[in-house]
Amino acid sequence: MTDLHLWLIPIIPFAGFLVNGLVGRKFPKALVTTVALIASVIPLVQVATIVAKFSSLTLPHIENLGVWIRAGAFHADFSFQLDQLTLVMLCVITGVGFLIHVYSVGYMAEEEGYWRFFAYMNLFLFFMLTLVLAENFLLMFVGWEGVGLASYLLIGFYYTRDSAANAGKKAFIVNRIGDFGFLIAMFLLVQHFGTLSFTEVFGYVAAHPALQGGFLTAIALFLVLGATGKSAQIPLYVWLPDAMEGPTPVSALIHAATMVTAGVYMVARTHVIFDRSPFALVVVAIIGTATAFFAATIGMAQTDIKRVLAYSTVSQLGYMFLGCGVAAYSAGIFHLVTHAFFKALLFLAAGSVIHALSGEQDMRVMGGLRKKIPVTFWTMTAAVFAISGFPPLAGFVSKDEILYQAFISPNGGKILWAVGLLTAGLTAFYMFRLWYMTFFGEYRAAHRDELAEHGAAVHARSDTKLAVEADPHSGHGHGIHESPWVMLVPLVILAILSVIGGWMGWPDGLGGSNWFAHFLAPAVKSAHLTYEQATVALATGGSNMPNESPAGSKQLELVLAVVSTLVALAGWLVAHVIYYAKPELPAKMATQLRALYALIKNKYWVDEFYGAVVVAPVLFIARYLLGALIDRGVIDGGTLAAGYTAQGFGALVARIQSGNIRSYAGWLALFAAVLLVAAYFGWTAHFLPR
Amino acid sequence: MVPIAYYLVLSAILFSIGVAAFLIKRNIISIFMSIELMLNAVNLTFVAFTRRWSQITGHLQVSGQIFVFFVMVVAAAEAAVGLAIIIAIFRARNTLNVDQVDLMKL
Amino acid sequence: MHLTLFIIFGALCVAGALNLLLQRHLINSALSLIVVMSSLAVLYLLLGAEFLAAAQVIVYSGAIMVLFTFVIMLLNAGREERTHGSKMAYIAGFPGAAILLALLTFIFLSHRDSFGQARLGEYLVTTGDLSQVLFTKLLLPFEVTSVLILIAILGAVALARKEH
Repeated sequence: MTDLHLWLIPIIPFAGFLVNGLVGRKFPKALVTTVALIASVIPLVQVATIVAKFSSLTLPHIENLGVWIRAGAFHADFSFQLDQLTLVMLCVITGVGFLIHVYSVGYMAEEEGYWRFFAYMNLFLFFMLTLVLAENFLLMFVGWEGVGLASYLLIGFYYTRDSAANAGKKAFIVNRIGDFGFLIAMFLLVQHFGTLSFTEVFGYVAAHPALQGGFLTAIALFLVLGATGKSAQIPLYVWLPDAMEGPTPVSALIHAATMVTAGVYMVARTHVIFDRSPFALVVVAIIGTATAFFAATIGMAQTDIKRVLAYSTVSQLGYMFLGCGVAAYSAGIFHLVTHAFFKALLFLAAGSVIHALSGEQDMRVMGGLRKKIPVTFWTMTAAVFAISGFPPLAGFVSKDEILYQAFISPNGGKILWAVGLLTAGLTAFYMFRLWYMTFFGEYRAAHRDELAEHGAAVHARSDTKLAVEADPHSGHGHGIHESPWVMLVPLVILAILSVIGGWMGWPDGLGGSNWFAHFLAPAVKSAHLTYEQATVALATGGSNMPNESPAGSKQLELVLAVVSTLVALAGWLVAHVIYYAKPELPAKMATQLRALYALIKNKYWVDEFYGAVVVAPVLFIARYLLGALIDRGVIDGGTLAAGYTAQGFGALVARIQSGNIRSYAGWLALFAAVLLVAAYFGWTAHFLPR
Repeated sequence: MVPIAYYLVLSAILFSIGVAAFLIKRNIISIFMSIELMLNAVNLTFVAFTRRWSQITGHLQVSGQIFVFFVMVVAAAEAAVGLAIIIAIFRARNTLNVDQVDLMKL
Repeated sequence: MHLTLFIIFGALCVAGALNLLLQRHLINSALSLIVVMSSLAVLYLLLGAEFLAAAQVIVYSGAIMVLFTFVIMLLNAGREERTHGSKMAYIAGFPGAAILLALLTFIFLSHRDSFGQARLGEYLVTTGDLSQVLFTKLLLPFEVTSVLILIAILGAVALARKEH
């Protein structure tokens, strides 16, 4: 078996982290850049060579570097695996990751913490690559936790800002709740299977077709809890909008393309367990659909450009979950890939806009930028059309695949499809809203003061040093200008990918061959198998399993595709009317639908709800019960009491030391007598050696 | 013919009187003298037991008396040094009252 | 005869000891102690330790007690003051001493027979016998004691000398 040195893929970024992290502070900026870019391009090159060699490999390709934990019959190894799913994730992570690194060279050029930023980005790459390359749950968990850590570090990058520090903490803590679920799932796995290795667990489950539901459902549900934390689904999505405090490249890489997709990857990876638990799959599908719709509604009323994109990410992740929930794992992963392209592009382009406006992030004071920053405009346009689901762009193909699979799945799939379709319309609406508000109309910076007078919180959400220095009233810093080429090239590349990226998964129903699904099938097979089908398939060697349940058909796919395109067009039209043709309409609608508008503008007050119901009691318990009562009272009190007792006893005994010879003599005499009596009565016999 | 036990009882009495004197007296030289009294009481015990041991083993034993010999030597040396210390203390504190020499109090 | 001598000189010992205890003036206590030591010398003789009896008189009464007397006169130690320095000495000490005495007496008297009888004249230890042992088997300790005395002399001189 060829040795692909899979361990090198994560280690090189880790080396980059060490170099930049430990001594980067003293390096000139060019050196930091070189180290960081090299550390992120070498994995890309290595992945490319693997792609070239891929057809000649036996899959899954596993490389074991040695035993990590051995405890009785249980052992966990440092082992990496490579199969189609891993390869897809690797391509996304290294490819998009490298592009974002290049972009950051331009975006973060004026930052003092330049070296720190790239060190953390490389650290993130290391953990994310470990996550997808891991062959057992424990190593995956290392990566899982590690990306949470890197996310915390990067969200709180501007650590002097309170809001950024709080956002970092919030992200980490909410993630932790999910990680707790992941841990419980691992414990259950060890309890039932005695191992955490993917090959062993999945092999065992596959070999026992009668194994259904029961503890497998429990494991799956706990894994889902972990996934909702990491992938920002209901109920643990609240950290993602706050995570926009971090620099924009961070939002692009971590909170759009890679870290948040870890949950989806995990569900796809452990699909063997999920397939045996229809209940868990239904839970996943419902959570995904609900989140998609919910987040889309909130995104409609946000005014910060990054917030809109954040809620959009939550919503699109919901689609991926929906895909996995109807056991169409390849569809979910496909949407993951295309989403990486256009969402990263959206964030990077938004960053370009923010950079051009010297730190302004509020869309209400943007407008008319399309002539001033044309490249940004056109690339963002590509992304907006892609995400809204217009054929033949990438978003259309993947989203449609998911909706189609949802429609044909049993157990209420049509309801899921309907909600998903509605959400697609909302997606188109808010994305075009963003598009119009940012690039069309007149430049509204002059209105900033007016808006401030009306009590709206308009302020330059400064996330670059430029904005801190620039006085918002004195002009535009150094003018509205296009970003440097080092920022534009990644935008263009991603735009091209957003357009053509979907073509590798062009569905059968519309004349394609769906290469992507077939490629990924061996890794995520048993898309719609029922228990009986699984038995039959296993009995016949499992090589010819259907990729869709018998209820589907090519005509249905075509019809559904047309319907979703029409819905997207409708969304565009509504946005056009409200935000372009009749610009006074939004304000009027806001006042007329005051209650509804307030509901979505305030994000359904979920954060406040969590604050009151979860955070406040926990803080109370921590501060008063555990803090004052137990920590100070019992523990401190106990040790102090021990100290006082010793002191008191010591003081008592010290009174013997009076300095007076006669009292010493008295004590001597007394105890000599005691000793003598003890000797006489044989008590000392107990102490003599036998 | 005297039972050896009587010698031992006498020695015990002398020793106890020595202890009592140690506890009662306040002058440091008196205390020192009571120590000498105790030493002597113990010497008597040793000699009595030498006789007893000779009786038990049947031939002459001298070990107890050798011990007394050495005790005497050491007592002499100790008396000399001890009295020198007392003189030094007297010079420093100008008192021989042991209750007033209690600087080692905690 | 033996018993009579024993009783007389034993009583003398106890009387001297009690006098040491009860006298206020230091020099009286010192003289009582001399009486005790001399009586003890006789008792040693009764037990057949002739060398020790001589040594007791020469060393103890003759040297040590003289030394005591010199120091008493040097320091002009007179009457003893009555101060109350320590209650603990009485509270802890007397019971201790009493228990000691009671226990020892009880043990010795109840096992009187196992200790045997001392007769005059038997098992006499001569100086020659002592020297036999002292200069052959116990030569080293003997020489060490001479060094000890030397050190004691040095110590005493160093401690008692007048500071300049």
